[in-house]
This record gives sequence, C-alpha cells and structure tokens, in this order.
Amino acid sequence: MKIRIKLYASLAEYLPADAVKNEADLEVNDGTTPTQVISRLGLPERMCHMVLVNGVYIAPDERLEKVLEEGDHLAIWPPVAGG
Amino acid sequence: MAWAKNILRVNLTEGTCKNEPLNMEWADKYLGQRGLATKYFVEEVDPKVDPLSPDNKLIMATGPLTGTCASTAGRYSVITKGALTGAIACSNSGGFFGNEMKNAGYDMIIFEGKAKSPVYLFIDNDDAKLVDAGDMWGTSVWDTEDAIKQKHQDPQIRVASIGVSGEKGVKYACVVNDYHRAAGRSGVGTVMGAKNLKAVAIRGTKGVGVKDAGRFFEAAAAGKAVLAGNAVTGEGLPAFGTQVLMNVINETGALPTRNHRDVQFDGAHSISAEAMAEPRESDGKPNLVRNSACFGCTIACGRISTIDRTHYTVAERPQYQIASGGLEYEAAWALGAATGVDDLDALTFANFICNEQGYDPISFGATVGAAMEMYEDGYITDKDTGGIELKFGSAKALTDIAELTGRGEGFGAEIGLGSKLLCEKYGHPELSMSVKGQEFPAYDSRGIQGMGLTYATSNRGACHLRSYTVASEVLGIPEKTDPLVSDGKAGLVKAFQDATAVFDSAGICVFTSFAWSLEDVAPQIDAACDGEWSVEKLLEVGERVWNLERNFNNAAGFTAADDKLPERLVKDAAKTGPAKGLTNQLDKMLPEYYQLRGWTPDGVPTNETLSRLGL
Ligand code: SF4
Repeated sequence: MKIRIKLYASLAEYLPADAVKNEADLEVNDGTTPTQVISRLGLPERMCHMVLVNGVYIAPDERLEKVLEEGDHLAIWPPVAGG
Repeated sequence: MAWAKNILRVNLTEGTCKNEPLNMEWADKYLGQRGLATKYFVEEVDPKVDPLSPDNKLIMATGPLTGTCASTAGRYSVITKGALTGAIACSNSGGFFGNEMKNAGYDMIIFEGKAKSPVYLFIDNDDAKLVDAGDMWGTSVWDTEDAIKQKHQDPQIRVASIGVSGEKGVKYACVVNDYHRAAGRSGVGTVMGAKNLKAVAIRGTKGVGVKDAGRFFEAAAAGKAVLAGNAVTGEGLPAFGTQVLMNVINETGALPTRNHRDVQFDGAHSISAEAMAEPRESDGKPNLVRNSACFGCTIACGRISTIDRTHYTVAERPQYQIASGGLEYEAAWALGAATGVDDLDALTFANFICNEQGYDPISFGATVGAAMEMYEDGYITDKDTGGIELKFGSAKALTDIAELTGRGEGFGAEIGLGSKLLCEKYGHPELSMSVKGQEFPAYDSRGIQGMGLTYATSNRGACHLRSYTVASEVLGIPEKTDPLVSDGKAGLVKAFQDATAVFDSAGICVFTSFAWSLEDVAPQIDAACDGEWSVEKLLEVGERVWNLERNFNNAAGFTAADDKLPERLVKDAAKTGPAKGLTNQLDKMLPEYYQLRGWTPDGVPTNETLSRLGL
C-alpha cells in the first residue's frame, strides 16, 4: 500500500529524491508502523520529536504499535518551536 | 542593583524631562518592565481615558535583567491604554534599544501629555531633551532612524520610532526599533503618534550593575548552557526560526485560513520556513539570507531575507532590493494564510512595508482577510476599495493595500481601522476575528482548544504571547497535552499566563521559556536584584501582574461578556483535519478558569484574591 511521508526542517535531507514540497509517496507493507518507516528512511530516532499521522500526534511509545493505513499522511519534525 | 532605580518623566505638553527615583517597594512586588510599568500606569491613568487623548500616558520600560549578560536580556516593553483595544496594552520588543535605554540609566520613561508639534526625545546618558522632529514627520521608520543617526553624527544611537501609519492613526501602529524589531500589538505606536512623539533616540554607556556579580555570571552561564543544550533553542529556532511552525500548524489542522473560514491552507508550504530556504529560479538564492539575534541573545531566531529582484513588487524599486527583517511565523500567517495569498515574495514585501511604516502585520493581515471575505460576499465593492480587486489569494491586492495602509491613504485608511471597526462599518461585525478588538494570531482555537481560552482571557485582546499553550498542546513543551480536548486547559492557561508575566517583567525574551522554567530564571534574578527571588515569589508576581491588568480592564468597562470568541469559532465546526467537526469549547473552560483565578462568576477578582496578592 501507499502512504504519504512528509519530512520537515532538518529531516528534509532524508526525503527520497522524487519528493516535492517536503512530501513523497512511499510503498509499504500492510501492518507497517511509524517506527518501521522511521528506521527504513534512516531517520535518527532522537530527531523524530514530533510524529503526526493525519495531523494527530503519536506519542513515542505508540509509534511501535500504531498501524498505518493506505493513504495515511505520516509527518515528522525534529524539535522545533515558534511563536 | 540590576534596576537603574531611575525614571525619566517626560511631559510633552510642557516640554520637560525630569528624573525621579524608582519606587523600590513596587519593584519588589512587580519586578520590572511589564509588571512594574503597569503598576505605574494604573496608579496614574484614569481607566476610562480615551487612548488617543493627552491624558493617556505611554511608558517605555526595561526589566531588571535588561542590559545584563543574561541571555536575551535586551528587552523593553511599551505600556499604555491600547488604541486598537481600549484595554491595557503591553507590547514587548527585542533588538538593541532596550539595552541602550538601560545603559543610559533608565528603568522607565513615562511620557505624558501631547507635544504642540512633532518632537523626538534624545537621550545621551544623563542628558535628556526634546528635539523638533518637524522634518521627520511624514517619513518612515527607516528614514527617521537614519536621519537621527546622521543628525547626531553617531551610528551607535539606538532609535525607537513610529512610521507614517502611526502619525495617521492606523489603529495597530507599532513602535519599531532597530529598523525591524517592534513593540507590535494593540496600537502602542498609534498612541505615540497621537502625542506627536516621532521617536526616542538613545545613547547609553553607563553599564548595568548586579547584586552579586560572581553568582550572577554563574547563573547566567548556566542559563545559556541550558539554552544551547536544548534542541529547540539550541538548534531548531536558530536554523528555522518561528516560521518552521507553518507546516506544523497546517498539518495539525489549526492554521486559520481565509478569515478563519478554513483551518488548513493549501498554500502553506509555499510560505513556510522550508520554502524560505529553497533557492529561487531567478538567481539561485533563497529568500532567507541568515538568522539574526537581538542584544545578548544566544538563540538568534530572527530572519534576514531578500525579495526576488524580478518580483513585481521590487523589480523597479531598488530601495527594496535589500536584506532586511524577514517573515516570522505570525506575520507569514497573517499576510498569507489569513488572506489566502501564497506568494512568498509578496508576503516578504508586505512585511518590509509593515516594518518600514510601522504597523502590526498580524492585525493588518487579519483585517485584510476580513475585508476580502466582505468583498467576496458583496458587502464591500470596488467603489469602496478604489478599484482594488480584493479577492482571497490576490497578492497584488495585499501589497497594494499594504502600501496604502502604510501611508494611511485611500482604502488603506479603512484597513487601518482594524477588523472590528471595519466589519462594523460594513454591517458585518460577526466577520471580525478578534477579541477585545484585537485580531487573532496564527492558531485556530477549534484545533488547539487551550488557545481559545488564551485569546478570550488575554488582557490585551487576542494574543498568543500571553499564554502560549501551543507549546504544550502541539509541541509537547514542557509536557504534551491533547489539543482537541478542553479538559485541563483552564489550569494550563492560568499557569502559562502567570509564568509569562514573569518573563515579560524580567527583561528577557519569552522564547527562552521553550527551554527555561522559572527554576532557571529565579537564580539569575536573585543574583542580579536586591531582595530575595524564589520561584514561588516570582509566580506570585506573575499572578499579581495578571490581576492588576484585569482590574484595570474591568475599571475601563470590560466585563465577562468581553471574554468571548467570535461565533464562527464556537458555532461553525472545523471542516478538515484532526479537529473536523469540532468547535471551541470556551463555555466549558471559562467558568473553571474564573474559579481557578479566584474571580467571581462574572470575572471579577474577589476581595480575598486581591488581598492575597496585596492588590
Ligand atoms: S529568541 Fe529571537 S526574539 Fe528572542 S531575543 Fe533572541 S533573537 Fe530576539
């Protein structure tokens, strides 16, 4: 199945070459979790501060269990803030 | 120590400048800057005063840490009754002006009355005088700053001034210092303009003393180590600035779009930090040139940007082909998502104009968004706009109106009324996205519930900087809470409000609070200032300041009925994203908040609360 990955700020360098506007589609197996995508893309765990699936925050201990579904948007940021 | 223990009182009507000692009893209860200046203000000014009358006063105030070597300790605030809101106003700015003022030996400058003709205040340490500004009236912030430095033949003078918008009564004019740092909100620059005060120019070389130098250096160094070691203040903010939030908040479904009709903007990426770093086609260079820091800041979140030289806004105007203050998140949101404009260069240009002519990009962009909605719905016509096609998404309309508003001319003068008066004028007050007359910043409270309570109860009108619960609800600082639920948010908002009032009263930047708690701040204040300063005492100061401001607003005529959000946010559910189907649950949070504050169900501090806080 296909999911959409979005990597921002300093994580942008881990995007596949065909990414546009920090987004790319990724073919993954059924039952894939955010943690599996993170390791497949080689993202340093420490840099994956904010992980959102369809805009909803996934806490660090949920990333191992949350099962992604076809068409899900997985967005990841390093520690950032603003105001 | 830390305080200069000296105030300059400037009577503009009489043309006099007099020194007086700082009230140290009050300093012990209100610390400095926001808190202490508000105390002076409420003691001296009738709450019912017309903000633009000579009887309103305007105070520029530093904090005890301003001018010391604590990180970010260059801040000052402008305190007055806001022209936009009629409520207590306190706008905080960085840059270098606050440090200069403190080094000249002043905790505060209190302006009263109104000058007969335009003047500026010139301070060279102990020497303070009012100087004719007739030749500067009608010129921009940038030209005023240059002219003063040239006139006094000293490039090291620091200047805080108003642009033409502030002279012309644009309701949300700022006081701008160091070309692009601003005491931005609530119309503090409008009040300055009404006093015929064009600028304050300072050269200060006296130094700032502290109580226990050895202990202070240690505490300041420890504070800096915390900022450097924290991934947000040590890496995220310097590299990407506040603008990194654009994609975060859009993804979260809380990016107010087209006057809050929507909560997600399809053009968000084009106006984000990521887009600012992308090389453009014409010259291969990105919009972002570099980051920048205010005085003594070890974070350096500021953005310095250029506009594409081939862009329509600057192609024929080399004076704007410069590197200057770039987009911060709030400005990019207001000029962009709120208006549906996704042209990064147009936004950067509009932002330059906001700095050059001294007006608040948040209130401006949000007001343009409201006007665009009224235009599309047919309530405002081409005749009203002078032929400007005011459609959502039109970059040209945005930049044309930015220039008109800067000069207070044509339809720009109407946009200068702010959304509340503008929407009332055209018969649709419900389309003003504001609280107490001040426009919302960049977070939709349907998707971040705590921000609804933050906005509704902010003493200076809708504002994110009074209790930035986004930190907790979205960013997980200090602890993650769920942005979609209202439970527990009353306590969260109160805690953020009280702590923020401390940061704002100390002379340091509130962005340090992404890494610092009051545990990091208290040792710095305690080593610098006379008296003893624990976390508990500071929290009490914060709560006292909050109640002091609230009391002023109540006396000015505000009631619990003003602690409310526009119907759109409490009746019309978000259409997309995680908050789809949700409205803001203010009615659930507000009663609990009043109770936690020790206020009556009508939002009035009880006698018990007032006496507990020594008010
Ligand atoms: S964090 Fe940013 S706004 Fe605050 S003092 Fe530093 S540069 Fe200025």
